[in-house]
Amino acid sequence: MFRIEPRKEPSRAMAYATPFLALLLTILAGFVLFALLGKDPLKATWIIFIEPLTTLYSISEMMVKATPLILIGIGLALGFRAGVWNIGAEGQFTMGALTGGAMALALYQIEGFWVLPLICLAGIFGGMAWAAIPALLRTRFNTNEILVSLMLVYIATLLLSIMVHGPLRSPEGMNFPESRLFHDAALMPVLIEGTRAHWGFIVALLVALAAYLLLRFHIVGLALKVVGQAPRAARFAGFSEKRMVWFSFLVSGGLAGLAGVFEATGPVGQLVPALPVGYGFTAIIVAFLGRLHPAGIVVGGLLLALTYIGGESAQISMQLPSSTTRVFQGLLLFFLLTTDILVNYKIKSVRARPGAITLNRP
Amino acid sequence: MDLLVNIMLGIIIAATPLVFAAIGELIVEKSGVLNLGVEGMMIVGALAGFAATIELGSFWAGIAAAALAGALMALLFAVLTQSLLANQVATGLALTMFGLGLAALLGQRYSGKSAPEVSKLHIPGLSELPIVGPILFGHDAMVYLAVALVAVTAWFLKNTRQGLVIRAIGENHDAAHAIGHPVILYRYVALMFGGACAGLGGAYLSLVQTPFWVENMTAGRGWIALALVVFSAWRPWWAFMGAYLFGGITIIQLHGQGMGLDIEPQLLAMLPYIATIIVLVLISSDRTKARLNAPANLGQTFFKSS
Amino acid sequence: MPKQGDVLLELQGLTRSFPGVLANDQISFRVGYGEIHALLGENGAGKSTLVKMIYGVLQPDSGVMKLHGEPFSPASPAVARAHGIGMVFQHFSLFEALSVTENIELGISPELAAGDLRQRIIDVSEFYGLKLDPDVLVGDLSVGLRQRIEIVRCLLQNPRLIIMDEPTSVLTPQEVDQLFKTLRRLADEGCSILYISHKLDEIRQLCHAAAILRGGKVINTCTPANETAKSLAEMMIGEVLVPASRDERELGDVRLKIKDLSLPSVSQFGVGLKQISLEIKAGEIIGVAGVAGNGQQQLMTALIGERSAMVPEAIQLDGQSVGQLGPGDRRRLGMGFCPEERLGHAAVPDMSLRDNVFLSARESQNLSRSGVLDHQNAQSFAADIVETFKVKTAGTGHSAKSLSGGNLQKFIMGREILQNPKVLIASQPTWGVDAGAASAIRTAILELAARGAAVLVISQDLDELMEISDRIAVLADGRLTPAQRVEQVTIEQLGTAMGGSSSAVLPDQSIKAGQSVPKGGGAHVQD
Repeated sequence: MFRIEPRKEPSRAMAYATPFLALLLTILAGFVLFALLGKDPLKATWIIFIEPLTTLYSISEMMVKATPLILIGIGLALGFRAGVWNIGAEGQFTMGALTGGAMALALYQIEGFWVLPLICLAGIFGGMAWAAIPALLRTRFNTNEILVSLMLVYIATLLLSIMVHGPLRSPEGMNFPESRLFHDAALMPVLIEGTRAHWGFIVALLVALAAYLLLRFHIVGLALKVVGQAPRAARFAGFSEKRMVWFSFLVSGGLAGLAGVFEATGPVGQLVPALPVGYGFTAIIVAFLGRLHPAGIVVGGLLLALTYIGGESAQISMQLPSSTTRVFQGLLLFFLLTTDILVNYKIKSVRARPGAITLNRP
Repeated sequence: MDLLVNIMLGIIIAATPLVFAAIGELIVEKSGVLNLGVEGMMIVGALAGFAATIELGSFWAGIAAAALAGALMALLFAVLTQSLLANQVATGLALTMFGLGLAALLGQRYSGKSAPEVSKLHIPGLSELPIVGPILFGHDAMVYLAVALVAVTAWFLKNTRQGLVIRAIGENHDAAHAIGHPVILYRYVALMFGGACAGLGGAYLSLVQTPFWVENMTAGRGWIALALVVFSAWRPWWAFMGAYLFGGITIIQLHGQGMGLDIEPQLLAMLPYIATIIVLVLISSDRTKARLNAPANLGQTFFKSS
Repeated sequence: MPKQGDVLLELQGLTRSFPGVLANDQISFRVGYGEIHALLGENGAGKSTLVKMIYGVLQPDSGVMKLHGEPFSPASPAVARAHGIGMVFQHFSLFEALSVTENIELGISPELAAGDLRQRIIDVSEFYGLKLDPDVLVGDLSVGLRQRIEIVRCLLQNPRLIIMDEPTSVLTPQEVDQLFKTLRRLADEGCSILYISHKLDEIRQLCHAAAILRGGKVINTCTPANETAKSLAEMMIGEVLVPASRDERELGDVRLKIKDLSLPSVSQFGVGLKQISLEIKAGEIIGVAGVAGNGQQQLMTALIGERSAMVPEAIQLDGQSVGQLGPGDRRRLGMGFCPEERLGHAAVPDMSLRDNVFLSARESQNLSRSGVLDHQNAQSFAADIVETFKVKTAGTGHSAKSLSGGNLQKFIMGREILQNPKVLIASQPTWGVDAGAASAIRTAILELAARGAAVLVISQDLDELMEISDRIAVLADGRLTPAQRVEQVTIEQLGTAMGGSSSAVLPDQSIKAGQSVPKGGGAHVQD
């Protein structure tokens, strides 16, 4: 028999340990999964989790994929701390790419150091505007932000599709639904020569640092936490919940938009309907895996980026289906939530004492 | 006339999966649990139903498999949230992501295959009536099952002791526990029922509505079902009407161009999502009404402290 | 047929522990047939744990229970009920959105619920003088009526033993009299009652025997009628506490003025405020008495500034209108607040004590300069509170929820009082707090007033209000009676007002809560 007993205070040690425990369990579950799919589990695990770390190319690709995950994850974490469930970062990412991309196309062939920053600003603005919808509806009408932000993902994807089929379609593209390739001044500068890793990764790290400082040393960080953990105490303290909802949505929407515009002006280099590939959803896992802490999110973002890269190479070398990565990511979140109980509760094995036995079975 | 009949048939077919998924989630939420994994349970149900029908050659085997698969997914959610006290919102999201991934992984070999046609009910005399016949008496059994499910659920919640206990648990789980009702057991059962319903809704998509298997084929219907529960203010027949309303909107999307509307297809495809948002705003802006039937303990973790 | 004096329930060495606490340590005593047996003890003495074991909610780690001489170990409340044990909880196990009948049906066995339950509810409630409408929603009922539901629910099961956990803490004095009549009648019919309380006078009035619990152990058993309130208190607390002394204070000018404050209820089942007016002078302590659910929460919300008034003049501080200012601005002007709920309102449970001082002391203690937090100052202020108010904690880095109720309350009161507010508003400052801490808190309130602060104490504990207030007003159904000097009011008068000020109130007639605020007139309040 086991008995679950609440801890007087959350265990810090467990808070650090459980993400790793969850990862370990995911790898073990992966063994079973690969065996069931008839693949060599050891080899698959090696290819997914270790091999990408051995070449510069795959490390640079990891940085490419970690950039949006970290940016979005940081924004989401701020909201999750405050009990604001922005599930639609994917939509804000898409809108950021769309508005930023539109700006890039509007400035086509115009040179200048200000071109890229302006494009990024447009992307941030697009993401923010899209996130403002659920923020407005929640603060004004008390509408559930989970469902609204999620519905807006589908709408954003369709909007992107309309735009690249219509107004933003490349004039030289032989009617393919895609925009022109952005000109050089509109492209993210590359970080490591000969790879796709761009300066967006550095920006993501700086954003994580800024978020850390905000959460640790600024009243807003405290207010987010209080609003999320004890809404009445927040009112008592004079922290406005509405303001925190707006703040969370605008920041997370803006960061998702920035991630979108980085994606469009970085690795992709144009607007295509398939631009959104699920970073907005994966970033939710990243946020939880990083325990809503900026440093944790950086690590979590890199780890999930690793599963993308590893998944891709396993797809090529072992013919593992591409959806394996998604199953892995889902499992990782499951195991994280499972092991979470260790942070707030103690699991005790209860051995009934002799007296109790006679009592229960008279 | 044919167009009218076609539109009505289209609405019914589009609404039925939503009815299943929404009614299942309604019971779950009545018991005080918020399971955001409907989309994940639906897609797994869609695949399980499709695969079992193909492999076993029986529609009803498919239906049973879909219900079972949905219930198993829900069981996963139940273990995490009820026994391991995990956050319900996060676990629901995890269930959706996992479900979508799992269905995509396991469904690869069924891509591109199509399901055998499902037999329609035929009542000599009635089914041949003009207009009324095809609209009322010419469907597959699942359509009628969905209606019956709503009726039984409404009756169950209102008139049985177990229904009363479910409502009480959703209202105040600590009080229910204090007077000796097994909160966690009821929630396990409610969740698995909800999962089975979501699975059935998914199977209807892959076996009747589409009818073939594609990745991500639920396309947000699980989320729309969640919205329908809010829209219905936790009343079964309202959820049913809501589902038919959405069926209607979907049909505008399908028949829009046929009816000569010169609109981008993507714009039409947005309609259900936009309608969901509008409906949510309308229902939630009337605060007292939205709160009247809302289970007071919805989404809160129950810990048996004593 | 058992007769008066025979043993119904016998406890032998019941022991139950929780993480870090031995809640019950070798508890033994007996309850006779038709006996009203008191279980007397302070908060945290282990009373609730004990009765939960008798009622099958908890199982003992060791020890034996016997009912009618037979071994008895209920695995669940249903088993206990089947053996004729009923329980009226302190925190009612009721469902606001369900009707009275539905609530009762949920608490009894299916067999008993079969048939015309509604009619039987009417019959039983009338027979015992506990009138109830079976069809209304529980959320619309007053606290006193809610308790009746619990009692009627017990009675429908023809119980041999009814456990009552602090039943009078939510009743008006008149309702208490009515309850005692019912209980005596039940005892005469042979039903035993296990009566849990920490109110000494009640126990001396009502109970035939008493077991006194302290620190999880039975310290003593006695016949309450043979004891004095003082001797019982000594047994219960283990020491003699002197009531906080009240020196004559010089009253200054009016500091806090509440004028025609109205506030509609936010929730479906709540009570709104109706034209509340009150003036508090510097150095004065005003008590607001009243049964829970009569608008206390709304009053607190309005005074803190969590909801703002439609007209700023509804609340005035030193002549300045503050009715539309937020909590931060009101604090800046010198107001301090101590809401009823410690965890979740006055403090964030999972946050450390040191972080919890940021909630209300940011301005006055200079803890936040243009948004940047000063963790060092916060730490020293928290340490100051802990030291001054003798808060027992392993350190200011520990979470609020790790403290006992009394210590956390001392910390919260300390946090507000050390900021030297001009006006302090405290709701239920000693609720659920052990006697030592309660006494310290009352003394601190009196000292603050002596330094010239105006204090408003909202409490359901009439004894407490009589002890510390200069004037007392009663809040009933969202209306506040004019405040009267304590020397000039009796408990009976207060009780009458608590039961509903407008009409001549019969003991068994409770006001119905949940009526909406009349339209027009008074200062309206917006969200």
